[in-house]
Amino acid sequence: MSELRKTPLHAVHVESGAKMVPFGGWDMPVEYSGLIAEHQAVRTAAGLFDVSHMGEFEVAGPGALSFLQRVTANNAAKLVVGQAQYSALPMPSGCPVDDIIVYQRGNERYMLVVNAANIAKDWAWLQAQQPSGCTLTDQSDAFALVALQGPKAEAILQGLTPVELKAIGFYRFAEAAVCGHEAIVARTGYTGEDGFELFMAPAAAAAVWRRLIEAGRPQGLLPAGLGARDTLRLEARMMLYGNDMDETTTLIEAGLGWIVSFDEVKGDFAGRSVLIEQKANGAPRKLVGFETTERGIPRHGYPVFLGDEETGSVTSGSFAPFLRKSIGLTYLPTARAAVGNELAVEIRGRRIGARVVPTPFYKRPR
Amino acid sequence: MYPQGYRYTKDHEWIAVEGDRGKVGITDYAQKQLGDVVFVELPEVGRTLAAGEQFGTVESVKAVSELYSPAAGEVVEVNAPLAEKPETINQDPHGAAWMIVLKLADSKAIGSLLDAAAYEALVATESK
Repeated sequence: MSELRKTPLHAVHVESGAKMVPFGGWDMPVEYSGLIAEHQAVRTAAGLFDVSHMGEFEVAGPGALSFLQRVTANNAAKLVVGQAQYSALPMPSGCPVDDIIVYQRGNERYMLVVNAANIAKDWAWLQAQQPSGCTLTDQSDAFALVALQGPKAEAILQGLTPVELKAIGFYRFAEAAVCGHEAIVARTGYTGEDGFELFMAPAAAAAVWRRLIEAGRPQGLLPAGLGARDTLRLEARMMLYGNDMDETTTLIEAGLGWIVSFDEVKGDFAGRSVLIEQKANGAPRKLVGFETTERGIPRHGYPVFLGDEETGSVTSGSFAPFLRKSIGLTYLPTARAAVGNELAVEIRGRRIGARVVPTPFYKRPR
Repeated sequence: MYPQGYRYTKDHEWIAVEGDRGKVGITDYAQKQLGDVVFVELPEVGRTLAAGEQFGTVESVKAVSELYSPAAGEVVEVNAPLAEKPETINQDPHGAAWMIVLKLADSKAIGSLLDAAAYEALVATESK
């Protein structure tokens, strides 16, 4: 096995006693003080995550927009400078190579943020789509990325940056100084809470991390690991590539029809015909949320049954720390996927009752 | 850290023997490895266990861990309230979070388990 990669904050995690685990080829903190405490801190105060393992590609040049229109699912023409958009890289099958966020940084300049485990795959995929009139640059090693998430995030960060954070709307960003270091301050995240993601030079990361911890502690901020990140995103029904969607699930089946644009201005893209057909006539199956009606914790890969028929498996499942119940996601035949329908999850040989529920499981109070 | 009078398994259970009874739980090292425990499943009173036989399951948010009996015997008591307060396993693993009491088939068999010093040495190797 090859050596695990380390983020610019690796030494800080180890020094603070975080429990480290391999994730997508990286040695990452899975928890600091405890998963549940970290999860609750994000729901009620704030949490700080190192997500520097995520990849960043720059697409720049006069042909950047038309390239993005061709290789992404969403309508990139809707973006303005300073705006971000959730999107995906579809294949001709309508299934995603990855789910991504597109940030428009300049007139002909975009940044794509991609999943850590998919950096090499996405890079090869994009090259194969033959970018023209634009340059593609892998900037993954040029950025550290920390996510400050939770209802207190804005108050904590405002003390450390001159930019007026209230003026940055959801899925908007500003290029501004944080603790005196250049950064992209984006109102994005993967927890279901308000918060920011801060892209900065690797050399700035440790200093910014320490200042955020120091400024946030009195307000209840905790450093948080990938464990809490996973339970937080699941409660908010945000999907994890490789679990809840992959190269075998179409974007419509995954419930991502809202990031697929058939706008004329966008034109053709890989998978368009499959996706437009599924959007009009319905997909044969869809991803649904469920909660268990008996004690037990559904986990990734556990078999799922409708009556005696095995319909698939749990794509993501966990005990939900804030909701204090067991929840999960699974693909069901569309005709049998209605809210309230009963299903069963096989947990170590025993079938546990569950029922389809509306999602997101958790929605933050506004 | 690890009570002197207890005996330990390589699977990170402990047993505290008094006469022909042995109280069983999981070690502090085991609870730390698991993280926040949210679910525990224990056997019924009356079940007979062989040494090394699985008698239950503990689950944290992230992981599942099987429980193995340190010794042969019959389950004569179960810590039922633990199911409602599984976090006790994180808070007091060597005390209030005991899981079952066994009526031992052979109380001398405990001698083959690790003592506190040997268990601490095992944990030191595993945490490297």
